[in-house]
Amino acid sequence: MYDRKKLKTIANGRAKWQEKTLGPLLARTPERLARFSTVSDEEIRDLYGPADVENIDYGKDLGFPGEYPYTRGVQPSMYRGRLWTMRQFAGFGSAEDTNRRYHYLLSQGQTGLSVAFHFPTLMGYDSDHTRSRGEVGQCGVAVDSLKDMEILFDKIPLDKVTTSMTINSPAAVLLAMYIAVAEKQGVSSHKIGGTIQNDILKEYIAQHSWIFPPEPSMRIITDTLAYCADHVPRWNTISISGYHIREAGSTAVQELAFTIADGIAYVQAGIDAGIPVDKFAPRLSYFFNAHIDFFEEIAKYRAARRMWARIMRERFKAKDEASWKLRFHTQTAGCTLTAQQPINNVVRVALQGLMAVLGGTQSLHTNSMDETLALPTEQAVTIALRTQQIIAEETGVANSIDPLGGSFHLEALTDEMERKAMAYIAKIDEMGGMVNAINRGYPQREVADAAFRYQRQVDAREKKIVGVNCYQMKEDVPIPLLKIDPEVERKQVERTQDVRRKRDGRKAAACIDALKDASRSPKANLMPVILEAVREYVTLGEICDAFRETMGTYTDPAIF
Amino acid sequence: MASAQARTRTGTKATGVDRKIRILVGKPGLDGHDRGAKIIARALRDSGFEVIYTGLHQTPEMIVNAAVQEDVDAIGLSILSGAHNYLFPRVVELLKEKKMGDVVVFGGGIIPDEDIAFLRKKGVDRVFTPGTPLKEIVDYVGERVRPRA
Repeated sequence: MYDRKKLKTIANGRAKWQEKTLGPLLARTPERLARFSTVSDEEIRDLYGPADVENIDYGKDLGFPGEYPYTRGVQPSMYRGRLWTMRQFAGFGSAEDTNRRYHYLLSQGQTGLSVAFHFPTLMGYDSDHTRSRGEVGQCGVAVDSLKDMEILFDKIPLDKVTTSMTINSPAAVLLAMYIAVAEKQGVSSHKIGGTIQNDILKEYIAQHSWIFPPEPSMRIITDTLAYCADHVPRWNTISISGYHIREAGSTAVQELAFTIADGIAYVQAGIDAGIPVDKFAPRLSYFFNAHIDFFEEIAKYRAARRMWARIMRERFKAKDEASWKLRFHTQTAGCTLTAQQPINNVVRVALQGLMAVLGGTQSLHTNSMDETLALPTEQAVTIALRTQQIIAEETGVANSIDPLGGSFHLEALTDEMERKAMAYIAKIDEMGGMVNAINRGYPQREVADAAFRYQRQVDAREKKIVGVNCYQMKEDVPIPLLKIDPEVERKQVERTQDVRRKRDGRKAAACIDALKDASRSPKANLMPVILEAVREYVTLGEICDAFRETMGTYTDPAIF
Repeated sequence: MASAQARTRTGTKATGVDRKIRILVGKPGLDGHDRGAKIIARALRDSGFEVIYTGLHQTPEMIVNAAVQEDVDAIGLSILSGAHNYLFPRVVELLKEKKMGDVVVFGGGIIPDEDIAFLRKKGVDRVFTPGTPLKEIVDYVGERVRPRA
């Protein structure tokens, strides 16, 4: 980016500064630490300058917003045109409880919905299954059948809001239920917009809500890609997620590398299934973590955009610019919040939200201060939403596009992040791609090692956490917590059993047979059959059981 | 830093043979948050205990069957989904049914203070919450758990 001659002058100036200005000071007062590093333990130098970015070619590596390689943002006007979508992930108790929370959030200026399902739904069990005991409505909302979904979106116009659903193994089932609810509202599937997470690969790596083995799971995903391209064109079919990989303890580079490697695997699977790349790639989106290391995180988002653009254009030969653009959602890192002095979490979340915005996110969830203790109360979630509104309306950071672009420090980190992540991707390619890497336990082991290393550093106080290993206090300020009434479980079990009694039993049984038949035939697309089943009130657990029978199940390799 | 010797956690059983203390680290319920469980399994192993990790998505029955089969001295349970009030006491109950009531059951996860008192009453020996240093857990196990006779 610089004139060679000028670079030399600057290098000389720096050498002089080190000798005359910095050196004598350090001789008297040495630096605080022997080594400075990011939370991911990447070493950080004392001062970044032109020499650190001398190989950057502005046109090739940065470019302009809305143009390849999108380092500075995917939209030409970014937040000057439209602010990011403020999307708080919410779900607890019954569909009625969560529906009330959605109406509240929308009334407070939230602009999109995001559904958190309880663990039985994520794992494909109905609430009356023995494995669901004690879990119903605890960690998200209980959805067993179309009936629950109708209540969940009651009086929410599905042609007006977009909805993101964090659901993976049974993603096709929940998407089908959403389409069926829209139909009942008189809204065609061509008009609805939203996202299903539908990212099974990171489940094996990190979040661990799986049902079937990787290979049949990939088939369900390519079926949704093909179906949505024709019938649900505004739907984001996979939200390729680094968030959970990071929460499981990965470094920033690992989060970036494994997530993009997952993306590569999905694109390859789509192409292998015979879908033209530009038909499905524009609907892929990403989901990243906003951890606590400010510049490392912003560099990660910028590197991600550049990497994906290059991979889509060069590796997959995508022609449509929309296929090159990495659009992403961000959630602030739950794992950085502390149970100690929990009100401090408000500050952490504000900084993390700022990182996401400075990194050019398309939508954002800010965590509530009480989330290390329980699901958020209404008061806590309001503060979290207000945090985004303060960033948007008061701080001025949304006034200019990629305002940190060109910072020596940030550009150097962005480059380094890309280089290190690409090295990981090359390694995964050598293993034959992400599915093989997962079957060998490679990313799982890398993440577990990083998590253990970090915990050791925290215990040794090499990495500091305020209130946990420094600045501790005896008495913590108690904050009110949300409790889930045990009655939720009893009522939900009753409702689901009632749904099974009242539906047309013969039709439901025929649907289950059709599900098994379709899943045995690799050429069939599963989506229409699933859609028919949910319309007949076949439950999520029944649909997943049918597939368990034909596809088999996955068990934890338990690597530690 | 503990010396290598201090890191070998052994005890003498009725048979007179020295053996390592055996800990089963279990993940009951449906949640997939195993970061903590794995870190603790590794820390205990590195401290000289014999560690068996069940993997995710275990029912209380599966955990207790594993405990019987492996003849463990203690069980560490981790849960972050909110289902602890059902799952932890159920493990203790099943252990008693199997005449293994002397197995020390401890746990951790996202567990509010008021639930900790309830769980202790139900026979859970100790509950660790987020932010606990590994050393505290390792020391607790070292002091509290003895090879079962």
